[in-house]
Amino acid sequence: MFCVSGINTAPPEAGPGGVNEAHQPEIRDRIVKTIYREAEAIAARVVRQTGPHRDWEHKVDDILTSRLLGFPVMFLLLGLVFWITLVGASYPSQLLAKALFWGEERLSEIFVWLDAPSWLHGLVVTGVYRTAAWVVSVMLPPMAIFFPIFALLEDLGYLPRVAFNIDPLFKMAGTQGKQALTMSMGFGCNAAGVMACRIIESPRERLIAILTNNFVPCNGRFPTLIALASIFVGPAAAPGFSSLAASFTVAGLILAGILITLLTSWLLSRTILKGVPTTFTLELPPLRLPQVGRVLVRSVQDRTLFVLARAVTVAAPAGALIWVLANISFEGQSLLARGAGLLEPFGQALGLDGFILLAFILGLPANEIVLPILLMGYLSAGTMVEVDSLTVLQNILVHERGWTWLTALCTMLFSLLHFPCGTTLFTIQRETKSLKWMFWAAAIPLAVACLVCFAVAQTVRALGLV
Amino acid sequence: MPLATELRERFNIHPDPGAAVIALAGNPNTGKSTIFNALTGLKQHTGNWPGKTVLQAQGTFHFGGKKYILVDLPGTYSLLANSAEEMIARDFLCFARPDATVVVTDATCLERNLNLALQVMEITGRVIVCVNFIDEARRKNIFIDVDCLARELGVPVVVTAARSGLGLTELKTGIDALVRGQIVTSPRRLIYDPDIEEAVARLEEKIPGEIKEWINARWLALRIIDHDRSTLDNIRQYFEVPEWGVLRERYKYCPT
Repeated sequence: MFCVSGINTAPPEAGPGGVNEAHQPEIRDRIVKTIYREAEAIAARVVRQTGPHRDWEHKVDDILTSRLLGFPVMFLLLGLVFWITLVGASYPSQLLAKALFWGEERLSEIFVWLDAPSWLHGLVVTGVYRTAAWVVSVMLPPMAIFFPIFALLEDLGYLPRVAFNIDPLFKMAGTQGKQALTMSMGFGCNAAGVMACRIIESPRERLIAILTNNFVPCNGRFPTLIALASIFVGPAAAPGFSSLAASFTVAGLILAGILITLLTSWLLSRTILKGVPTTFTLELPPLRLPQVGRVLVRSVQDRTLFVLARAVTVAAPAGALIWVLANISFEGQSLLARGAGLLEPFGQALGLDGFILLAFILGLPANEIVLPILLMGYLSAGTMVEVDSLTVLQNILVHERGWTWLTALCTMLFSLLHFPCGTTLFTIQRETKSLKWMFWAAAIPLAVACLVCFAVAQTVRALGLV
Repeated sequence: MPLATELRERFNIHPDPGAAVIALAGNPNTGKSTIFNALTGLKQHTGNWPGKTVLQAQGTFHFGGKKYILVDLPGTYSLLANSAEEMIARDFLCFARPDATVVVTDATCLERNLNLALQVMEITGRVIVCVNFIDEARRKNIFIDVDCLARELGVPVVVTAARSGLGLTELKTGIDALVRGQIVTSPRRLIYDPDIEEAVARLEEKIPGEIKEWINARWLALRIIDHDRSTLDNIRQYFEVPEWGVLRERYKYCPT
């Protein structure tokens, strides 16, 4: 199945005049026609349909790409994927956390036995080890479930259909439907999504796709969204529906991200990156039954373990740094608390607080460590608690720190929309070969995140909803 | 006259005497990558095509005591240079002159895939057509007469189901036989409209011998008639030929 999108605006190659030029399109058409005719003739002699054509595929395709049902089906599938992830990950997550924090105790005992100084214990155990353990226990189970399911959808051939559904919207936004594909890649990793923008030929549209790629959450941000949704949305829903409600909240956030992508693209293509969308051909590959075994191995190996390794390698040193910041005091206040104090008024205006904002800033190397940094910031100021499950996390946030649903919502929105991680920015610099665009790639999302959070927080407060 | 190895090096193919270079062409979504991975295993490396932000994958495999360098061309629907990918695929076939080219096709939509196969065969005759997803086709009750296809195209045809590894040995055997010259192909020639054919014949004669030695003259004549500027510009990079304008003047063609 083919579909052609956009208006072909590429002017026919104009030569320096002459009789020949005028005939060229005609010659090209005739050459192509001959090739097609020949291919058709050969196929007619060689290919035989020996039985009834199974057209269930077309029927399924009609539903998946229908004008009416395409979007609801997309939303339901997305919600379902998150639901499976949430439900499936909660128990292994707890188990893993228990095991890792058992390990922390043993590690502490070794330090005591070695008679090591307390700062070393703090740096290594409460800094490096705990952050890494947190990242592993919170991220590994959802990733081990989410990525394989996503990869199965990919192998099935569903993603091109998503691109097909979204294409008209992108066209309206003045860009190209291929951006839907690069956007889907961004769900895995924004750096990968930015690299994928190479498939877009027009430099203008490629830039738009690059600049807006981070409005879809990468896997570094999914755990944050999922954790916050299950803490704050889950309990609010009717009993028995809590994980379902949380899943669809995350799915809704993603829709919001896509909406912002479209809006920003629209704005960009009308301001600094003016132009008309170019044509592209999108082939919908046949829906194929995925090779389950291979997909599972590949997604666990290439994505889950890769992302985890990256998260841990970034989180461990960051954990040490944050521990230092949290434990070096200046005039009776830790550096971390001081920084947070400075950011507090700004954070409050956005519906956040100083610590949250600081965590996002310090989390620049990798989005995975934002939540661990936040907790470390909170905990360093108060009592030391082992965060071995979401319930404890909930206790800290709600009871000790006074988070409301608005704080959670704004944190999720900020996480969804804020500047991309360091790796992605570096990739953008490499792909565009320009520091200017790298700067814009950080500044535009930051501005959008601040704007949206500010608007949401002020509206909710003005209406007296919290 | 440039050396073969020198031209190939321009496409990041490192010279390796004794190794044969095999190009892998095909439409997108025909299982080209699966075949590439199945043939080369872990012996592959990736980079960019020179001067382009398009991924290039190369790998090696051994068969019958011979080393083969497999180059995965970008997936394209045609070679008419509508996009960077098509240009790369065309230039590689045209200038790097692989010792054999495998055109991977999807058995479930063969007709569309044959368009590319026919275009590849216009550039090089050393082609082997691989009909992939044959298992899928059978499930859909599509039957493909392989012998007839081979006769029609005049090149060897191999049937594969790359995902389950079916037919890969036959593919390697076919490549090997083609490279060693045990199979001689007689690729089907596309016959265009009479006025085009006449112009092609006129032009073919005028193409300098040193270019003819390297590039299929008929194909080049068609490109000149088609005013495919990028091909001629590229030829100028590799061969000392008159400027494009001069060439165009010299081989002036006015369709009647």
